[in-house]
Amino acid sequence: MPKESMKVQAHIGNTEEEGKQSFQGTKRSRGMLLLRLWQYLGRNRLLLVLALVLSISSSLFSLYGPKLSGQAINAIDLGKGKVDFHTVYHCVFLMAAFYILSSILTYLLNAVMIRLSKKISKQMRHDIFENMSRLPVSFYDRYQTGNIISIVTYDVDTVNQSMSSDLLQILQSIVTVVVSFIMMISIAPKLVIIFVFTVPATAVFTRWLANRVRPMFRKRSAKLGELNGFVEEMISGQKTIRAYGREDAVLEKFEEKNKIAVDAYTTAEANGTVTGPAVTCINNISLTLVCVFGALLFLRGDILLGDLSSFVQYSRKFSGPINEVANIIAELQSAFAAAERVFGLIDAEPEKADAPDAKILSDVKGQVTLDHVDFSYVPEKPIIKDFSMLAKPGSLTAIVGPTGAGKTTIINLLMRFYDVDGGAVLVDGQDIRELTRDSLRRAYTMVLQDTWLFHGTIYENIAYGKPGATMEDVVRAAKAAKIHSYISRLPEGYNTILSDNGTSISKGQKQLLTIARAMLLDAHMLILDEATSNVDTRTEQQIQAAMRELMKDKTCFVIAHRLSTIRSANHILVMRDGQVVEQGTHDSLMAARGFYHELYQAQFES
Amino acid sequence: MEKLGKYIKPYVGFIILTMGIKLLGAVLELFIPYFMEIILDDVVPTGKLFPIFLYGGLMLLCAAGCLIANVGANRMSAVSSGKITRKLRYDLFEKLERLSARQMDELTVPSAESRLTSDTYNINQLLARMQRLGIRAPILLLGGVVMMLGMDPVLSLVLISMLPLIGIIVYVVTKKSVPLYKEEQTVLDSVVRVLQENITGVRVIKALSKTEYEKNRFNNVNSELTRIDQKAGMITAITNPSTSLILNLGLTLVVLAGAFRVNSGSSQSGVIIAFLQYFVMILNAMLGITRIFVMWSKGEASAHRVAEVLALPEDLVVVENGASGENSSSSEGSSYSENSGSGEGTPAHIEFKDVTFSYTGIGANLEHLSFRLMRGESLGILGETGAGKSTVLNLLMRFYDPQEGQVLIDGRDVRSIPNEELRSKFGVAFQNDFVMEGTIEDNIRFFRPIEDADIRTASEDAQAAEFISSREKGMKAEVVVRGNNLSGGQKQRLLISRALASRPQILLLDDASSALDYRTDAYLRRALHKNYSDTTTILIAQRISSIRNCSHILVLSDGKTIGYGTHEELMQSCEEYRIIAQSQMGEGRESA
Repeated sequence: MPKESMKVQAHIGNTEEEGKQSFQGTKRSRGMLLLRLWQYLGRNRLLLVLALVLSISSSLFSLYGPKLSGQAINAIDLGKGKVDFHTVYHCVFLMAAFYILSSILTYLLNAVMIRLSKKISKQMRHDIFENMSRLPVSFYDRYQTGNIISIVTYDVDTVNQSMSSDLLQILQSIVTVVVSFIMMISIAPKLVIIFVFTVPATAVFTRWLANRVRPMFRKRSAKLGELNGFVEEMISGQKTIRAYGREDAVLEKFEEKNKIAVDAYTTAEANGTVTGPAVTCINNISLTLVCVFGALLFLRGDILLGDLSSFVQYSRKFSGPINEVANIIAELQSAFAAAERVFGLIDAEPEKADAPDAKILSDVKGQVTLDHVDFSYVPEKPIIKDFSMLAKPGSLTAIVGPTGAGKTTIINLLMRFYDVDGGAVLVDGQDIRELTRDSLRRAYTMVLQDTWLFHGTIYENIAYGKPGATMEDVVRAAKAAKIHSYISRLPEGYNTILSDNGTSISKGQKQLLTIARAMLLDAHMLILDEATSNVDTRTEQQIQAAMRELMKDKTCFVIAHRLSTIRSANHILVMRDGQVVEQGTHDSLMAARGFYHELYQAQFES
Repeated sequence: MEKLGKYIKPYVGFIILTMGIKLLGAVLELFIPYFMEIILDDVVPTGKLFPIFLYGGLMLLCAAGCLIANVGANRMSAVSSGKITRKLRYDLFEKLERLSARQMDELTVPSAESRLTSDTYNINQLLARMQRLGIRAPILLLGGVVMMLGMDPVLSLVLISMLPLIGIIVYVVTKKSVPLYKEEQTVLDSVVRVLQENITGVRVIKALSKTEYEKNRFNNVNSELTRIDQKAGMITAITNPSTSLILNLGLTLVVLAGAFRVNSGSSQSGVIIAFLQYFVMILNAMLGITRIFVMWSKGEASAHRVAEVLALPEDLVVVENGASGENSSSSEGSSYSENSGSGEGTPAHIEFKDVTFSYTGIGANLEHLSFRLMRGESLGILGETGAGKSTVLNLLMRFYDPQEGQVLIDGRDVRSIPNEELRSKFGVAFQNDFVMEGTIEDNIRFFRPIEDADIRTASEDAQAAEFISSREKGMKAEVVVRGNNLSGGQKQRLLISRALASRPQILLLDDASSALDYRTDAYLRRALHKNYSDTTTILIAQRISSIRNCSHILVLSDGKTIGYGTHEELMQSCEEYRIIAQSQMGEGRESA
């Protein structure tokens, strides 16, 4: 990950920070990239060896063609009435046989290479997702969704295309070049001298061009990613943009980004496509030289006409691949730029792994201790300083405070989405850093203000936290969450697919679905972060019994604005500006006539 | 592709020029083997040295000309295809912005995104490559054929007779692969969706330890994508080897036929050598052409997806005089005009007249809703989750048209008000509204021409000034993607500031203060009451305290009106309302 983006910390809480960046990946040396790509290829050694064998044999068969046609021409060149038909038939028969074999082998080779490259891109997408699931929450608070998605779709595809077509070409090219070279030497070693000049010229030129073009392709990928990020953001805000009639202004912004992306593409393209014609030119020059010097040699009687023909054909075959490779190098530049972003995401630093001796949290009683905890999102801005508290099993801890006081921070620490800077968070007396994250998080049930549902049926969404939940379980939970009657009124009932634009489902209904989801879980600790903020009071009352049931016998942490819901809490933490300013019970806090008292009175003002 | 002809048209001249230059390059390239044949067949037998160097020199000149032409034309192709793509993307984005909510629901956001990004990208690539290869390959093919015909028509016919076979193969392969590429893009849409869900739901997924499950879900779409990808690849891969095979067999026949012709004295062996040269050229050209078809298949699939969106009909068209729109089955709609809206003299500022609406067409989300608001009045809407509260706003802002009844502003049917005029009347904060990357100020201004002073006033009224000034850069403080560095309450106050900044005629707040604590909420209400008394306000809330002072209160249940009146009236007449009120206010009274 680039240093400059590591600095950038975005998070929940009221701290200030720099803007986020688009994900760039790291600039890496080409050697490193090739090594990484090789590791992917290496996993499929069998296919690779097969490809190599097929490639060599198909090239050999097709390369033998010119030799045969040369022999045929030598047999024909004897002149009118003297053609050696026996040799001609022989050669023609062999040519046909070799070409057929070569084509079959080429198709097989293509098939193998396609398999190989698709396997690799599948593996890459898999690896990216694998690492994505290990990345800390803070990573996603930091980068644009569209940008990350663009890596999985566009960048992997670019690398993949190189793998399937370019790699194959290079492989075949190598064989062709080597064989042609041997053939040419066997026919006329003197003429080969010409290539001593033209081949290095090609190599030097393509290398120079590649170095020049590479940053352009890197920019092309990055700018496209930025455009995707912008599109993602703006399309998701489409309703608001329309509500304010700001379509034109957004369009203008889009056009700016669009122009930059297209310009980057055009620049890379315009410069990258110089390679092809330039190398063709060098090849034409060498053809000319072969022809002129070949003619001179023929005049001196050093070479036969048929051999000269074969030589010219081989020289074309010889330089053809060099031409191809030059073209491919231009393509490879974009593949390298894409690979940088792909590996950047695969290598993005994951959540610190569980300690090797991490214990699995089991037989949870639900005693939670915060012991002299210090925490900050950004080093110089402490959010929580030397804070201690104890939540006994089955107790209810409420966290209150004005908007933006940093209440969610406590949740981030309890669930270990972030690690404390000092002190410790303990569950049943064990430091949570000594526990596996999975077992820790499983010990909690969590209902968040931000409702999250995925594309799938209502049944799947409710049963999400409890694999194997039966339809009866789900219906019971939905009934308890007072969402059953809504669901059963839908034409498809529990099988209704929730699509990302389910306009007909309100935020409140979504929240009820997430509450139903939580009802199915049987963890010992419960976190409710404004869990009913979008549910109307009437419904909230109706689900209160169910909520009480949900909270029964559990260690509960509740963030709420409606102070009425938390009066019965065993322990109330009052937060303000990221600090815990008061704690105690409702009665003790009211008696203290402090900040809590002030907040409590405010809700009855009108 | 032809559907995008409109975009290519303005550049047709430029593209023709590009291709002309390409053509020149290709012709020069054709001369190289031609001169070579002269050297080998005509000059060498004479034994003269000078002509060898002369023709050699000509070959070099051709090579140089070919280089210049190709480099220039390639550059030009990059420029024109870039410009076309830019315009296309622009129009597509514009179209997407203007799609009706209903159309967007059908299209889905991930699909809209991938059409805008990866599909237009494919088109860009196709356009550039078509220009680069599109003329060169056919010209080399044609030129090669012409040259051969000039040298020995009989031998040429042998080779030419092979070409239709190749045509058939290319046709069949393209026909099979285009649908596959289309399918591939659809699967790609679902890959995007899974990724998106995993990014936005990262906390929930981690909390529920569903990482493995999600991996599985991703693996499924990933495998499906790979499968289709592979299938399409396998079919496309047939083209190359079979083209080579057919041409190579043709070549073999040429050698055989050539042997007879030389033997009978009707041809020379030098001709066969030149033939072999042209043959390599034709083979490469043919392979180039088949490559174009492969690109075409991919580009065609993308072009189709883009054109599909561009061709969507304009929904929610402005209808003159409030005549019923295409979605309306109401016959009475057309009879309303300026004054008939109320029938009581001055038209109401906002009026719903017997409105019935359903999102899906099955069941009703709102039934026979009617209410009237005069300028400066306020309406509070209360109702359980899913009762249809937000739907009222959706209809008022004309994101959807009602199936029955009319929505009127100043006595005019909203369907008759041009979009810009209609939307300029509103200030809105939705539930879970959109906060974008940028500064706080950007988010409040939201692309509108609004004075700094007004932005400051709005932020003060929205109770946002305090948290804004606590930030180092104040109004210029950065807001990250999705507003992730703001708390729920800060976001809401930002959104309310946005709604107030233009001093709108109509203010719509859809549960916009649910994350505010009571105190902040009370201050907000006070500011609204004091400073926005001319503004007609519709408030959706769950707290009675937020709406009890509204001029009218509407209680909805399951799309039906179960209470309408002032707080006091409803306390008397509406039992549901009384229950809610008692539950919320009662507790306060007993202990305060």
